[in-house]
Amino acid sequence: MEFSLTPDLEQLRAAILTLCERFDDAYWLARDRDGVFPHDFHAAMAAGGWLGIAMPEPYGGAGLGIMAAAVMMQAVAESGAAMTGASAIHMNIFGLNPVVVFGSEDQKRRMLPPLIAGRDKACFAVTEPDAGLNTTELKTRAVWDGAQYVVTGTKIWISTAQVANKMLLLARTTPLDQVRRKTDGLSLFYTDLDRATVEIREIPKMGRHAVDSNMLFIEGLRIPMEDRIGAEGDGFRCILHGMNPERILIAAEAVGIGRAALARAARYARERIVFGRPIGQNQGIAHPLAKSWAELAAAELMVLKAAALYDAGRECGAEANAAKYLAGEAGFHACEAAVMTHGGMGYAKEYHVERYLREVMIPRIAPVSPQMILNFIAERALGLPKSY
Amino acid sequence: MKLLISVKRVVDYNVKVRVKADGTGVETNGVKMSMNPFDEIAVEEAVRLKEKGVASEVVAVSMGPPACSETLRTALAMGADRGILVETEVALQPLAVAKLLRALAEREQPGMIILGKQAIDDDMNATGQMLAALLGWPQATFASKLAIEGERAMVTREVDGGLETLELRLPAIVTTDLRLNEPRYASLPNIMKARKKPIETIAPAALGVDPAPRLEIVKVAEPPKRQGGRKVASVAELVEKLTQEAKVI
Repeated sequence: MEFSLTPDLEQLRAAILTLCERFDDAYWLARDRDGVFPHDFHAAMAAGGWLGIAMPEPYGGAGLGIMAAAVMMQAVAESGAAMTGASAIHMNIFGLNPVVVFGSEDQKRRMLPPLIAGRDKACFAVTEPDAGLNTTELKTRAVWDGAQYVVTGTKIWISTAQVANKMLLLARTTPLDQVRRKTDGLSLFYTDLDRATVEIREIPKMGRHAVDSNMLFIEGLRIPMEDRIGAEGDGFRCILHGMNPERILIAAEAVGIGRAALARAARYARERIVFGRPIGQNQGIAHPLAKSWAELAAAELMVLKAAALYDAGRECGAEANAAKYLAGEAGFHACEAAVMTHGGMGYAKEYHVERYLREVMIPRIAPVSPQMILNFIAERALGLPKSY
Repeated sequence: MKLLISVKRVVDYNVKVRVKADGTGVETNGVKMSMNPFDEIAVEEAVRLKEKGVASEVVAVSMGPPACSETLRTALAMGADRGILVETEVALQPLAVAKLLRALAEREQPGMIILGKQAIDDDMNATGQMLAALLGWPQATFASKLAIEGERAMVTREVDGGLETLELRLPAIVTTDLRLNEPRYASLPNIMKARKKPIETIAPAALGVDPAPRLEIVKVAEPPKRQGGRKVASVAELVEKLTQEAKVI
């Protein structure tokens, strides 16, 4: 049992926080206003080699585990970059894990180095409007025409598609009525995001304005055989492999944004004088913040436990899901308490916490809703019957 | 040419320091510590000299408790080749540091020693000068530009009224000012490489130096709280207050 970061992890955290100091609150506030992708932040992270933190060394990565990646992503969010900063690089950190695990040597050499170096930006095209979390019901089809796959379908909530030149795409290669199991017949591709055959329509949304979310209308996208990852029909299993790390990283980001909000709230509560004393002297202000501190600390421990299990190659489904649930809720409570602590000022953009509150809804809802997580834990950890 | 660089672990420049309740110093418990910013500039300058092929090896030295090895790791991640930790729990003062550095200089035989002009914790601005005196080497403090030409160093200093350029015969001591360079950020690949670089730990006694303090700190206190300003209605009132109350004109 070890309940504090190792010196190596502390060093990574300190280095990230130092780098992130260049991108201050004014920078992220400006991105929230103008909605422009934080290209210079992405470039700085790439130049520092950070995008490859969890990617294998032979392809330009650092070969560190999900624990290190989680520490990094928490620090990014905690620096004030919040979900805008985290989402700008999130896909780079672990999105191409299916290529690492299931890709051929040639594919790894071709696909990983440009993404790690920041030359390629990729988006993750799995979710569909008519399937939601019922991934096996995906309607997007990839049909082999003798020379290439031809893809038709619709995807939704695809982050960074406006700036991406690559796409990790899950599509059905064998119709659902022709497969033995529902999870069969889906295939995974990593290919060029061809704007001639993919129409990308941005979804106006509540927060994180600088990192776009989109609907993709795919009409006749052609994909060569060498861009298919793993065996045909095996896509669901390929994608499943990265689900737990994905939850761990987004949980770490939620803890980070919660910490950023809590730090601002505590500072304001110490400095804001009303009725001749700091407002933080009132328990009505202090207790919600103290409660948030406790919730965030607990969530962080669960994030690190899930990461430690994953890195040790052990089963971590319940822990990764619990971490994402706890961190999403704790992050939300912290951001809400931060706005309330600021009173009317909390509603003003220049105090930053209303932005955090808008952004923290992302790790609370995505990539899987709190309700579906509780379903998972009820079934897997408690042996209760499936409800849906 | 070998370069010796000293790096000090200090309270991070962003931290608002608090005086300990007993007035013996400032609170460092649970406070973020970092490399002294002027020492970062020293490391950066040394690494650049190595990248230009002027220097062959960069050796970073830190002194203090075991946690100073973290500061050395940062120096190694920026590009220093190896580290030396002079480990002691004694609160070191400039003369002790200068004596320890002299002992290391005699052992390592560097062509130049680059130090920060001062540490941001105690602002002594003394170690480099004392070290130059102890070694009998030429010194150029507050460097804003540094160039090596054969056996000589050309150092531009920021002084009152302008810039002064000194020519020094090597080996020499140089202390860094803020505008010498802008230190790089440690990249992840270099942090990983730094983990494999050696750090030697050595005790002051092994260098023949008694690091006991020679100066006694009598008291550390908060500066007086800044008084709020006052508004005046007219220039006449302002002049009156400046002459009658403040008595500054």
